[in-house]
Amino acid sequence: MKKLKIGDLEKIRDKVRRTAVLRQGKARAKVTVHMGTCGIAAGARDVLTGLLKDIRKKKLDDVIVTTSGCAGLCSREPMATVEITGKPPVKYVDLTPEKMRKILERHIVKGDIVNEYALAIGSERTH
Amino acid sequence: MEDLSLHILDIIENSVAAGATNIEIVIEEDIVGNLLLIKINDDGRGMDKETLTKSIDPFYTTKGTRRVGLGLSMLAQATKEAAGSLDVRSKPGKGTRITARFVYDHIDRKPLGNMAETITTCIAGSSPKADFKYRHRKGDQEFIFSTKEIKKRLNGVAINDPEIILFLREQIEEGLQAIQKGAKSEEIKDWRFGKNT
Repeated sequence: MKKLKIGDLEKIRDKVRRTAVLRQGKARAKVTVHMGTCGIAAGARDVLTGLLKDIRKKKLDDVIVTTSGCAGLCSREPMATVEITGKPPVKYVDLTPEKMRKILERHIVKGDIVNEYALAIGSERTH
Repeated sequence: MEDLSLHILDIIENSVAAGATNIEIVIEEDIVGNLLLIKINDDGRGMDKETLTKSIDPFYTTKGTRRVGLGLSMLAQATKEAAGSLDVRSKPGKGTRITARFVYDHIDRKPLGNMAETITTCIAGSSPKADFKYRHRKGDQEFIFSTKEIKKRLNGVAINDPEIILFLREQIEEGLQAIQKGAKSEEIKDWRFGKNT
């Protein structure tokens, strides 16, 4: 069985410290995964975890991930809002971890909105 | 909701929305007493008597975005299905304490699900000021996880960084697996973040 991980935590901390300044200072993109009752029941937690994993895999240090409550369109959950600095936010609907990965690759990395998964362009209500 | 960890995530989201900064999650698997106990305590803004009475009603919500509020009512239903009960206590300005009881081996008792992912989803989504304490006991084995202790070790580095979140998720998963296997107490102790080892 693997033992004590405090040392590992400190190693990761030091690694993250180098990139975290960048992330907090000038985040280029913010992704909000809707985590209301409806979102959770529809699979939002898997979408969020998948997104975090892909961000780590691609070593993206300028993307912030957060969650919000229900946005009132429960039948289209899981939903996420992608905001690229200086651009209007885009809401994506009926998500799966796979769709979220495509959005990360195409919209967040390359800047092309994934029209087939997008609902609308507009503002966000957070809790 | 497929499993109890999703219900728990949902309830914690309520706590966070109620402005709580200290959220405590306790899970006790009492095999001898055939009882599964889930407690969620927060220091959020709480509810007055009238709101408290309505909180389990599916047609009550404080949200402006829709007309139904299913979170607590679905948890209440999940306890009922497993011959258990749900107790919600709250005071304005003091916070809310939720206790859900289930008959452990009841055929309709939902599985616990992935608690590691629930806890890290909460950390990822809430303000870095919010603290979570998670205690999970099975028999004489106990796993304790506290973001307060971890933040001390992080020394200013944001706890909601994806890299840290995923690391913590793996740690919680391994710690929970250890108590399920019934690892020796001293081994378990090593999983308690913040203890000097």
